[in-house]
Amino acid sequence: MSARRGGASMRLRGMVRKESLQILRDPSSIAIAFVMPVLLLLLFGYGVSLDAQHIPLAVVIERPDANSAGFAAVFEQSEYFSPRRLASIQEAEQALRERQVDGLVWLRGDFSRRLLAAGDAPVGVILNGVDANQARIAQGYIQGAWQRWLQAYAALQGRELTLPVAMEQRVWFNPALRSRNFLVPGLVAVIMTLIGALLTALVVAREWERGTMEALMVTPIRIGELLLGKLLPYFVLGMGGMLLSVAMARWQFGVPLNGSFWLLLLTSALFMLVALGMGLLISTVARNQFVAGQIAILVTFLPAFILSGFIFDIGSMPAPVQFITHVVPARYFVAILQTLFLAGDVWPVVLGNAAALLLMMLIFFAVLGRKARKSLE
Amino acid sequence: MLRHILALALKELLALLRDKRSRFVLIGPPIAQLLVFGFAATFDLQNAPMAIYNQDQGAAARELIARFEGSRNFEVVARIDRDDEIAALVDERRALLVLRIGPRFSEEILRGGSGPVQVILDGRNSNTAMLALNYTRSIVTDFNEAWAARRGQPGSPARLEIRPWYNANLESRWFVVPGIVGLLTLVVTLIVTALSVAREREAGTFDQLLVTPLRPVEILIGKSIPGLLIGLLQGSLIVAIAVHGFGIPLRGSVGALYLGMALFLLSAVGVGLMISSLAVTQQQGLLGAFLFMVPAVILSGFATPIANMPQAVQAITYINPLRYFLIVLRGVFLQGDSCALLMDQYWPMALIGLVSLILAGWLFRHRMY
Amino acid sequence: MVTAAALACRRLCKAFTSGNRVTQALDDIDLTVAPGRIAGLIGPDGAGKTTLMRLAAGLLRADAGELRVLDLDVSREPLAVQSAIGYMPQRFGLYEDLSVQENLDLYADLQGVPVAERGERYAELMRLVGLARFAARLAGRLSGGMKQKLGLACTLVRPPRLLLLDEPTVGVDPVSRRELWAIVQRLVREQGVSVLLSTAYLDEAERCDEVILLHQGRLLGQGTPASFSEPLAGRCHLANAPAIPKRRLQMRLAALPAVADAIIQGERVRVVTHAAGPPDLSELDAGPAGVEIRPVAPNFEDAFITRLQAERAEATPNPPLPGAHAMAGPGGAAVIRVDRLERRFGAFYAVRDVSFEVRRGEIFGLLGANGAGKSTTFRMLCGLLPASGGRLEVAGHDLRRAAAQARGRIGYMAQRFSLYANLTVAQNLRFFASAYGLVQRRRQERIRWALDGFDLERYADMASGDLPLGYKQRLAMAAALMHEPDILFLDEPTSGVDPLARREFWHRINRLAEQGVTVLVTTHFMDEANYCDRLVIMADGEVLAQGTPAETKARFRDAERPDPTMEDAFIALIEQRAQAAGEPP
Repeated sequence: MSARRGGASMRLRGMVRKESLQILRDPSSIAIAFVMPVLLLLLFGYGVSLDAQHIPLAVVIERPDANSAGFAAVFEQSEYFSPRRLASIQEAEQALRERQVDGLVWLRGDFSRRLLAAGDAPVGVILNGVDANQARIAQGYIQGAWQRWLQAYAALQGRELTLPVAMEQRVWFNPALRSRNFLVPGLVAVIMTLIGALLTALVVAREWERGTMEALMVTPIRIGELLLGKLLPYFVLGMGGMLLSVAMARWQFGVPLNGSFWLLLLTSALFMLVALGMGLLISTVARNQFVAGQIAILVTFLPAFILSGFIFDIGSMPAPVQFITHVVPARYFVAILQTLFLAGDVWPVVLGNAAALLLMMLIFFAVLGRKARKSLE
Repeated sequence: MLRHILALALKELLALLRDKRSRFVLIGPPIAQLLVFGFAATFDLQNAPMAIYNQDQGAAARELIARFEGSRNFEVVARIDRDDEIAALVDERRALLVLRIGPRFSEEILRGGSGPVQVILDGRNSNTAMLALNYTRSIVTDFNEAWAARRGQPGSPARLEIRPWYNANLESRWFVVPGIVGLLTLVVTLIVTALSVAREREAGTFDQLLVTPLRPVEILIGKSIPGLLIGLLQGSLIVAIAVHGFGIPLRGSVGALYLGMALFLLSAVGVGLMISSLAVTQQQGLLGAFLFMVPAVILSGFATPIANMPQAVQAITYINPLRYFLIVLRGVFLQGDSCALLMDQYWPMALIGLVSLILAGWLFRHRMY
Repeated sequence: MVTAAALACRRLCKAFTSGNRVTQALDDIDLTVAPGRIAGLIGPDGAGKTTLMRLAAGLLRADAGELRVLDLDVSREPLAVQSAIGYMPQRFGLYEDLSVQENLDLYADLQGVPVAERGERYAELMRLVGLARFAARLAGRLSGGMKQKLGLACTLVRPPRLLLLDEPTVGVDPVSRRELWAIVQRLVREQGVSVLLSTAYLDEAERCDEVILLHQGRLLGQGTPASFSEPLAGRCHLANAPAIPKRRLQMRLAALPAVADAIIQGERVRVVTHAAGPPDLSELDAGPAGVEIRPVAPNFEDAFITRLQAERAEATPNPPLPGAHAMAGPGGAAVIRVDRLERRFGAFYAVRDVSFEVRRGEIFGLLGANGAGKSTTFRMLCGLLPASGGRLEVAGHDLRRAAAQARGRIGYMAQRFSLYANLTVAQNLRFFASAYGLVQRRRQERIRWALDGFDLERYADMASGDLPLGYKQRLAMAAALMHEPDILFLDEPTSGVDPLARREFWHRINRLAEQGVTVLVTTHFMDEANYCDRLVIMADGEVLAQGTPAETKARFRDAERPDPTMEDAFIALIEQRAQAAGEPP
């Protein structure tokens, strides 16, 4: 019995050494593990941003006076807008149509009169609603500017503005609402899904393609040893890429890491196993690097991007789509990473999602155990 | 010349369409992506979970709460009565927002003063948080105005009348779905063209082709026709689904749309053939297509606006044909733009198409082995 | 233990399903392989050789029947079987990015060879396969023959009791082929290993102790090589006619009704008749004058061909090739000129200082092992690869630079099947007809010619990738001849093709050459060189010899080898070269 176990560890060691040597000699897997995450993080980190600043805005004041100047001033002082004075509403509408401005603010000629007399002076705001999200954000900023103007106006009149409801807002975890702070940890999850699956998806398929699998299979190695021998070196490689991404998130993009590093490491390891398992499963089924690569990109990248909650809020999707998101591993890891980075060690969130990942990992390896047999069929 | 090109294009189409797998690749994934993107890629906030911490027993507080309960943007999932419950709810993501109404709220507001209300938001997803904040603000403003009107108090001296043009209800889907037309035609055209030479190289048929009297330029044109045709068909199909399936209004001229699509396909085919002439294996072709596609989509304004990117990154987007096509699509679909208004988008695509096709031709001749 | 059979199977069946087509790879096989001997598994492609090997190695599961290897039931104890055998698949899985030593270490680990025993075992293996000097070299940088020897060493790292070798000599140069055989024979002699070996080279069958003949999944016979050829006694003859070109003689002899098979062997024609006794030469086209014929002992190939012909009821068509060029023998002006041709890839010379000329109507051969530079030369001639140096001319043009029309005069058939696999036969033909600029009636005529002349009519609507192998080759040739080219380029046209199809193929080539078409052909089958009018032998990118087959062989005629074969000549050339370079061969 002990001799058999000795044989198993010798076989495993042989496999691990072989895989490691191949990793070291073949630059492509190192490129996938280290260069690709860096490039993708840079691209997405800088390319994807929801923080609107300097929104081009046309301001039309038909009859300039002190009141309207005060109104325009709140927009000019705000960093969210880059306002442009236009003489007429026609001109402003034309600019909006030609996409030169994203919105316009229009103070009619009777603005001051109605402001002083009736107190119901209308301020027209037209937004380009094509990009609904940006329009909504712009709308929020305009409302904010409006509130400030009301206060300033009240102060000017020598009285305090009393609104029935005085709302005080407190945004936790990300007070400045920097979109990068939530996008970058999510990106790490999306990218590592792709990297993890791609790494292993290609390696087993490569053995099939080069005909080395047949020679391996006819040795006394067990299928479990073979898979483990492949998994271990790529796990180390994948974790290297993961640490690099986390370091970039922390220092390149300045996302605060409030949770504990060790918890992050532990959950990352769990997630990496899920991603690698997925890749192994793909390549066991595909047996061809080209097809395996295609499947890996298809089943990991797009779902992780769209359905993980990394950018689009899962809660707002239709129920059937929400249901589908439960089988996307990145969903759980996105939640863990966003929480660990921004909120800290929130155990219920971390444990719940980690349990889901654990379950997925077990399912992947169970299916893998059934699918991968030492057989050419 | 013409006969050669026709024979080649026919062969390419046959080779593509006779294979069950490639037929599936051309139809299946695009439709699936259209559905997933169309339904899942939304920035609209619906039924966001919120909790209410009401320390006040008065009617005014109940009225304010009723307004939140009536909103389709929020769903009240918990009512709490202790401070320390807030942290648990927000930390664990059970509530995106907690509305806390102070103990003397009704009293204060009846007196004519300001009732204290605190809103606590989970800022982990800053976009969602900002949307929730905006919705909350609207509800509170409405409440204020209604209250003031009822009590005969002076309201604000001026009113803000906000009207979004082109997309009155600000539905994300109207923004996303026309973008998908561009995204998917790019994907399909690239897959068809970027792999076409590599596939022949791998099968050995490319040599067979090169020893015939066909000229390289004929081969190039013959190979670009299927990409154009399939892209055009695919694009039309998705436009039809967008209009009839998703109910997106098509306000502009179809001619302006197709002019844009044709120019865009020209540039996509050019890029695809460039990749194709460089790639020796299908794997390289696929990798090349992927390496072009991912940045092209991210830097196109498909999901997030180009204006939000750093200046240097914005400069890169000028060589991205998808950037222009997305403007054409959204312009024609939602803004009802005409050809004249879209000139500034057409000529860069034409230029990119021309340059990439010439480059592809050059690469093709210099990498014939 | 010694008495137990190395391999025994009863009523063994295995079928493969792809789509809705079922292929019966092995059909009701009963056989026993005795231990301590070399058993050869012989049969054309698709006979089921590899399937049987994989079943024995426990890599596939039988549909029905029993298979015992070394007295172990393979389906029940695959791991036990795998620890007792050595299996070398057709493409042995060497890790090309690992060194020779690292490959050996990996297999030693996987086979559980104790570390203490390794030093001695490695030394022994390296002596056996002669790779000791290359231990640190990456496997990917070994030559084809050396890779095959390293694969064998890896298979032997733990001494197996049964060695399964699947086509170990395919694509290997004749020298390495001899060495591999010597190694295998030594293993059997010195260590009592049992060997089951499959091969496509019929001459290798004669070196086996026992031959197992498979065809389309069925067992046709089992016995010593002699037991196969004995029934043919009296039916085999060698014909010689100094005045008639041997190809023409072969064509005439093959046309006789009494003749089952006629092939060129050396400078003569080997004839197998249907019944005992020589064929009636008076029935020859041009009369019996000048043809002498004498009986010879039958060999395994004669037996194999007649057996397969009996199996394959359909006679090989031998259609006329219309579209007549003037009958013209070889000679006249040179249509291909190659002068000091050179091709570098980085610092590596794939082709160096190659010069030759091909005259109109000649069959010209480029001979050499894989990697000798044949294909590179070939691709440069077709204009598919630019030359790094030297001059070349095909029909007066450099095809790389010439106008497109110049390519209309050549036909090209690639090494692998390289038509559009998912287009039908008819669609392929139509496309190539258009590509060669054929129009209207001429186009119709030539497509009809191809469908009739190559017997492709019944497959016209089948996807060409699904054709049987022999028909794929016919289609490829039809496409290459669509436009009646003056010059035909054929790159390894017969590799992977069974002996019957090879015969048919050479018949067609002969006819084309008779009509004045110039044919340039590459091959690694040395016996096919005899079909050529002239040839060059290449190794490592250089020309070793040039001339007619007779001249080339004559250089190596000595007391020991009064009638050397082309293979003898080739090996002698390689040895000469190695000696000149001062290395041990």
